[in-house]
Amino acid sequence: MNQLVSSVRIALRALRVNRARSALTMLGIIIGVAAVIAMVGVGAGATARIQQQIQSIGSNLIMVLPGSISSNGVRLGSGAVASLTEDDAKAISAECSSVAAVVPAVRGGVQVVYGSNNWATTAQGVTPDYMTIRDASMLTGEFFTDEDVAAAAKTAVLGETVAQNLFGDSDPAGQVVIIKNVPFTVAGVLAPKGQSPSGQDQDDIILLPISTAKQKVLGANKANAKSVSSLMVQAVTPQAMDQAIQEMTGLLRERHRILPGQDDDFTVRNLTEVFAAQETSAQVMSILLGAIASVSLIVGGIGIMNIMLVSVTERTREIGLRLAVGARTRDIMSQFLVEAVTLSVLGGLVGIVLGLTASLLIAHFAQWSTQVSPLAVALAFLFSALVGIFFGFYPARKAAYLDPIDALRYE
Amino acid sequence: MTNAGAIEVQVPLVIDVKDLVRDYMLGQVPVHVLKGISFQIARGEFVSIMGPSGSGKSTLMNILGCLDKPTSGRYALDGVNVSELNRDQLAQIRNRKIGFVFQQFNLLSRTSAVENVELPLMYTNTPARERRERAMKALLAVGLAGREEHQPSQLSGGQQQRVAIARALVNDPKIILADEPTGALDSRISMEIMAIFQRLNRQDGITMIVVTHDPDVASYSGRLIRVKDGRLHADEPNAEPRDAQHDLEQTPADPEAQTAAA
Repeated sequence: MNQLVSSVRIALRALRVNRARSALTMLGIIIGVAAVIAMVGVGAGATARIQQQIQSIGSNLIMVLPGSISSNGVRLGSGAVASLTEDDAKAISAECSSVAAVVPAVRGGVQVVYGSNNWATTAQGVTPDYMTIRDASMLTGEFFTDEDVAAAAKTAVLGETVAQNLFGDSDPAGQVVIIKNVPFTVAGVLAPKGQSPSGQDQDDIILLPISTAKQKVLGANKANAKSVSSLMVQAVTPQAMDQAIQEMTGLLRERHRILPGQDDDFTVRNLTEVFAAQETSAQVMSILLGAIASVSLIVGGIGIMNIMLVSVTERTREIGLRLAVGARTRDIMSQFLVEAVTLSVLGGLVGIVLGLTASLLIAHFAQWSTQVSPLAVALAFLFSALVGIFFGFYPARKAAYLDPIDALRYE
Repeated sequence: MTNAGAIEVQVPLVIDVKDLVRDYMLGQVPVHVLKGISFQIARGEFVSIMGPSGSGKSTLMNILGCLDKPTSGRYALDGVNVSELNRDQLAQIRNRKIGFVFQQFNLLSRTSAVENVELPLMYTNTPARERRERAMKALLAVGLAGREEHQPSQLSGGQQQRVAIARALVNDPKIILADEPTGALDSRISMEIMAIFQRLNRQDGITMIVVTHDPDVASYSGRLIRVKDGRLHADEPNAEPRDAQHDLEQTPADPEAQTAAA
């Protein structure tokens, strides 16, 4: 340990002799480490943002939409027929073991009025399980209850955007808003979720009990009063999602009396999967950025090797003298290795500071979220030390195996 | 320990060289630099090695200094057969038994005198405090007390060579090998250096071997070995070596001599 400290001190002195040269050599490592940290930070920030968005749509969420049907050879898109019903929701919830909860939903555009303010938004009729399925929480007030659904109570829960537009900063809970001439008491406001992964404002919404929504606001489907516009299904675990989809598909085909070989009259979408692809691409980008930045670290390492070779040549007589007075091969070797590692580690430390600053600046000026993990910093630092050892090895070895006689005589 | 010839039987040998041969390959052609040299040096001798350039005296010096190994023949230093040792073992021998003084001083630039003197101790397990103490003592012995923190560029040639001598001394070597130690110095400073060598030889009993082409320098030694064409040309005792300190007192002093006499 003492020996290491004194070796480092000797190395620092040797590096101080050629200040400008040492600084320029270090610059390669500084830029390399800073680039790795900043780039990995940008990549990790993007990944984290996507993960956060996926979180916001709800965990293990599967959407079931009424679906494509062909009528006389004309194939209609999803939602063209009202094939899903509240009874389907009850059956899925009762029979599919991989499903944790099902929420039937109806939706439609409405104009909401409060006093002299009004706002166009989407009304969604749901059941209280919506809260668990979408991982939602309340900003103020309470969500409506199963009793409210059963009684078709005229109660509404507002998204944050709607609340802002109708009420400004005052608390909407307990106030009355008018939707399609029907007065609704505001039960509460949902905590904001921000943008969905596909860029929609998830807070521009108003939630009503599904019974009320059908009877008073959106109107029931004339062909089937129990039909719904979608089912939100939550699987018990992320791993159970495929299993849940299989069970549901089987159950729905049976309930809808679809013969083998015929197309489903509903569509199942695993939303998490869709957005997980985005996440993967962000991770790939992050790895790619890191890899490109690592190249500059390696280039910096080559700079170190270059300068160490020059240094060994310049100090041939010194090496000869050290060998003459009793330095062993490993003494000379460690002297030059410590010097190379000192260069790269100092560069690494400065690079970390610069990289952290850079990622803060990127976050501030480019409005990108960046996230620098301690692990990335530790790895970049370790990598810079390894670069020093790797690229310092050849010059150090060259120095250590010099012939003392030739080295002493070197001009 | 075997013993032979002109030297008193009781005095142990420090250097025992027998049939020393050193060949170099110059491309495909072998060059015979040393063609079989034998001699012995007892502890406490002051020997000069002379010879014209190309005579092989530098090669002989390198072998004696354990910087090079003979092609054949035997070289025992302080009873250790050096010709069988590997690179690192030779480094250890150099570190413990030999002090080197070079013509060009070979001090580390931008490094203080005392740190230059400490250098051989850096390759031993000596603790820092003891290193410093021993280096200070060695500097005192060559009359450089008070100059410990000076860097080589702030010292005169004579002072630099004395730092180098202190460095050679610091490990309590069995022998000091000086290769043209006065080659880069004027005659008065050379005398000062020789005076230090004589004092170390007489007071501390350090065996002194000086390679030189200057008969004046050789005249301070007690024995003269002449090498010519890779062979021992002559090996004769100098019954009346000159006394450098005495000569110095006879020579008119100049300002630098004041400090040297200290």
